[in-house]
Amino acid sequence: MIITDVLRYTFTTLKGFRMRSALMLLAMAIGVAAVVVLTSLGEGAQRYVSAEFASLGTHLIVVLPGRSETSGGAPNMLVGSTPRDLTLDDALALTRNSSVQRVAPIAIGTSNISWQGREREVPILGSNSELLELRHWKMNKGRFLPNQKIDNATPVVVLGSKVRNELFGAQAAIGEWLRIGDRRFRVIGVMATEGRSIGIDVEEVVIIPTASAMSLFNNTSLYRILVEGKSREAIPRIQRFVINTLRERHQGEEDITVVTQDSVLATFDRIFQALTLTVAGIAAISLAVAGVLIMNVMLVSVAHRTAEIGLLKAVGASSRQVMVLFMTEAAMLSLLGSAIGLIIGWSSSLLINSLYPGFDAVTPLWAVVAAMGVSLSTGLLFGVMPARRAARLDPVQALSSR
Amino acid sequence: MIELRGIERIFEVGDQQVHALDHVDLKIEAGEYLSIMGPSGSGKSTLLHILGLLDRPSAGHYLLHDHDITALSDEQLAATRRNEIGFVFQFFHLVPRLSARENIELPLVLAGMSSAKRKPRVDAILDATGMMDRAHHRPEQLSGGQRQRVAIARATIMQPALLLADEPTGNLDSTSGSEIVEVLEQLNNKGITLIVVTHDHELGKRAQRRIRMVDGKIAEDHRHEPVA
Repeated sequence: MIITDVLRYTFTTLKGFRMRSALMLLAMAIGVAAVVVLTSLGEGAQRYVSAEFASLGTHLIVVLPGRSETSGGAPNMLVGSTPRDLTLDDALALTRNSSVQRVAPIAIGTSNISWQGREREVPILGSNSELLELRHWKMNKGRFLPNQKIDNATPVVVLGSKVRNELFGAQAAIGEWLRIGDRRFRVIGVMATEGRSIGIDVEEVVIIPTASAMSLFNNTSLYRILVEGKSREAIPRIQRFVINTLRERHQGEEDITVVTQDSVLATFDRIFQALTLTVAGIAAISLAVAGVLIMNVMLVSVAHRTAEIGLLKAVGASSRQVMVLFMTEAAMLSLLGSAIGLIIGWSSSLLINSLYPGFDAVTPLWAVVAAMGVSLSTGLLFGVMPARRAARLDPVQALSSR
Repeated sequence: MIELRGIERIFEVGDQQVHALDHVDLKIEAGEYLSIMGPSGSGKSTLLHILGLLDRPSAGHYLLHDHDITALSDEQLAATRRNEIGFVFQFFHLVPRLSARENIELPLVLAGMSSAKRKPRVDAILDATGMMDRAHHRPEQLSGGQRQRVAIARATIMQPALLLADEPTGNLDSTSGSEIVEVLEQLNNKGITLIVVTHDHELGKRAQRRIRMVDGKIAEDHRHEPVA
């Protein structure tokens, strides 16, 4: 039998039993659509969290003073030592590597800020010009901190949008002088970015050069140093470079902690992968149920078409051909059903995306392949038994039933 | 053409053994017109099924064209059925979803013939049976006589040597019944070996050779001159 004839014959069968075919397709479609939608949601959630982390800086290393882990054995641990300061010179030293894209030293504190009698207490962030790019922040007006020598304490300030509104209201802020603590700063820019980042509400923050902040708070140590690599692959290399450089500068003592985004991200990746797989597993059960349904309906179909099977044998169909015909029917049902399911699943994902902008429900390719594979194999697996029953029918008895 | 030697067919009914065919010997020459008659349960249908390779004998040998086909595999039996034997049934056994044309070409489809090659053959047989204008009708849209014509067309599309008819007029009124008998006898005139199983004496008497079966045995085997 030619393949096109097998398909055509099967197609007339499916068309001949419309209701039955429609129900089977529905069952398969629901199963596949469930797999597609649920894995899309899982994948979307994973991407959402990854994107949130990426907004913190993708190829980022955070250096903080002090050792958060104990490594036993070092003699000075027995003596005990307070961590050395993380200085601006340390930060400068970290820029001297070809894999390092940006270095932003961070000093932090809280202070009063006032302009024309209005006063507020705000968190003050001391940093340099690199911070804007490193954090993927956006400016609303004016410009960010100037690109200058790292120990240059210029009296300029960039305001978060909320601080700017509360101090200046409708008036223009750029170029105005305001007071932070006991010093005067000139406003050079206003941030556009909203929301939180590194635990700071960007709308409420006030940014000044690091050196200014350190002298303002009379700090000797930086709060953090943020180091951005040129690529994600360079991160381990940079991590070693950071540790070695600072150990050398700190008299051979490793008194800093280095945190990479990677380790955090990897954990989240694992959690979400487990979540997606669980959800996919639940959806796969509905596929299996669809498979059982196909078997049930195929068995009824075999019983229903006994005379036809007998006739096929009488006009020269071998048992193998009868088997092929029934298997094709099961395969066609599950393939068509899963194709419909894919369309339903994809359009639901698109619908979810349009209803919740910012949430990116993307169907992973593996889920599509797996759903199609599972539906086809359940269709075939559960089609085998009815097809064999059909193939083994005794033609004499089959013909006598009508 | 056909030789049956000591054919037995035993059915197990409960714990009893029923001899549907009891040591049947039969020789049929090519082109013969043969009727098999007998009461219900005499084994005439079983004999027909064994002749048509739908059933296997419990013992004995069946030689078709001098080849013993009792030893053939399922695959080979199917091929032999397809190429050598045509069936006509009392209840037509047309596939209800398929049009007359599709029903007729079913054996060709199973034989793996391409649709380009099938078309002229089906056209020719539709033309010969006067069913061309009904080619796209489904069985439910055809009269009983027309259905049986389609069934005969299907049985003969492979140009088999042997045509087996099981009560071919049993489900037809007398007019279309005699038309169908005419069609079958024309085929016999062209050389096909025709075997008709029937209860109907009028139909049975038309055959040159009449076999009467009783209790799984051949009770009578007469040859007569053709009906004028």
